[in-house]
Amino acid sequence: MKHYEVEILDAKTKDKLCFLDKVEPNATIGEIKSMFHKSHPQWYPARQSIRLDPKGKSLKDEDVLQHLPVGTTATFYFRDLGAQISWVTVFLTEYAGPLLIYLMFYFRVPFIYAPKYDFTTSKHWVVHLACMCHSFHYVKRLLETLFVHRFSHGTMPLRNIFKNCTYYWGFAAWMAYYINHPLYTPPIYGEQQIRLALIVFLFCQIGNFSIHIALRNLRPPGSKTRKIPYPTKNPFTWIFLLVSCPNYTYELGSWLGFTLMTQCLPVAAFTLVGFIQMTVWAKGKHRSYLKEFRDYPTLRSPILPFIL
Amino acid sequence: MSAPAMGTRKTAHTDSSNKKKKGPGTLAIAYLVIYNVVMTAGWLVIAVGLVRAYLARGSYHGLYYSIEKPLKFFQTGALLEILHCAVGIVPSSVVLTGFQVMSRVFLTWAVTHSVREVQSEDSVLLFVVAWTVTEIIRYSFYTFSLLNHLPYLIKWARYTFFVVLYPMGVAGELLTIYAALPYVQKTGLYSITLPNNYNFSFDYHTFLILVMISYIPLFPQLYFHMIRQRKKVLGHVEEYSKVE
Repeated sequence: MKHYEVEILDAKTKDKLCFLDKVEPNATIGEIKSMFHKSHPQWYPARQSIRLDPKGKSLKDEDVLQHLPVGTTATFYFRDLGAQISWVTVFLTEYAGPLLIYLMFYFRVPFIYAPKYDFTTSKHWVVHLACMCHSFHYVKRLLETLFVHRFSHGTMPLRNIFKNCTYYWGFAAWMAYYINHPLYTPPIYGEQQIRLALIVFLFCQIGNFSIHIALRNLRPPGSKTRKIPYPTKNPFTWIFLLVSCPNYTYELGSWLGFTLMTQCLPVAAFTLVGFIQMTVWAKGKHRSYLKEFRDYPTLRSPILPFIL
Repeated sequence: MSAPAMGTRKTAHTDSSNKKKKGPGTLAIAYLVIYNVVMTAGWLVIAVGLVRAYLARGSYHGLYYSIEKPLKFFQTGALLEILHCAVGIVPSSVVLTGFQVMSRVFLTWAVTHSVREVQSEDSVLLFVVAWTVTEIIRYSFYTFSLLNHLPYLIKWARYTFFVVLYPMGVAGELLTIYAALPYVQKTGLYSITLPNNYNFSFDYHTFLILVMISYIPLFPQLYFHMIRQRKKVLGHVEEYSKVE
């Protein structure tokens, strides 16, 4: 069997960082990263970007050496992606925060409101309902992170965890402060408004979960394959006929429901900011689908049927 | 992750090699020249107004009232500069320009105009003078640059005067906001209290304090950015004079 030689150069300085001889032709980039890691222990595989060209795209871990456009002495360029953190860790941290923070406001832990309100409970039943809905939402997210989602990437840059947690934790505290405030005013249309809001919220929670399950089932365990999602027997997935990212559509719906339920301006602000971000993501995903699949259904919009 | 503004446009592959860097067209340049000339004139009017009022009264107290209207008009007019960046006829960052203009507009309307009691403060004169001199130089700099006839004096002034004017303006702004605090707290200006139907509250007094605090990280960054720009723009001229 003809063996390859692999040399790895720094993409910026072109210094020779590593030389590997007797590399199997069917070795993957992932395996080469592990070998590189041995000689440079500070660069674990997740923070290595290996490319054929110093300014080119990163090669995938699954790429096989002999199928790449290289000679028997392969030259790769390395770039350090910086400290990495796993997606699972980020998700768990950014979701656990709102769950716990909201409960602190709900139970009126000392130093938030005036001392005479410490550990008291709200007299409005919608406040209890809101706490249950908010908590349910984040418990659902935590469980989905652990048991449902199949991530394409293992890691993201470390700085993201600070950015993401500030966003989620900050907004959670801001919303929770007003909803659980002793001077909270319940919705103007009372029980009717709350009931409608709850129906919308639950409908969209089930919808969002259905989409997550449908997306999970597209991908065999441990794989990173990408396929076009289609409606399944579950009616909540029929929205795939009109929308590329219905998980975001349902997520928007849930927060609109929560806004209606609490009639709280900070909740509306959180819904708006989330909607803007999800629209950016949905448009990106929609474009990727169109680029990758020739036969992608033309009726679909990124996030809002026919509109956006 | 920015989606193209008008959906997916299919351009022929040869276009990318012929694509030149898009700059402002002749019409845009003509418009910008007019805009910058008008702004230079406007701030000159303010400068003249200040001098005349000073000479007439014999003191520098309460000069704000003599230039209140043109100050509001021309400072607010600067909002157009955000549009210029957004549309692309000026190669600056929308966010940076927006931030700078909004902070001026905030001080003009949300502090000085809204809190009558600070209008007679000397700190107002401090930032008005700083702004006036800065803007006259800045807008004439842009005018001459657009006409490709930039006198070295204007370039030098633009990258030198800020050394004094910038701290002067910041001092005037901070002192004015500080002077406004007790009145804002007393009257509850622009503040919303609980309970209300939208379950939201806003304390303008606290907000103003946070604005003052934000100057601490922001001012040094902007100041030293200008100092670096000065070295870059004016630096090489010193080399030429050494050769001689």
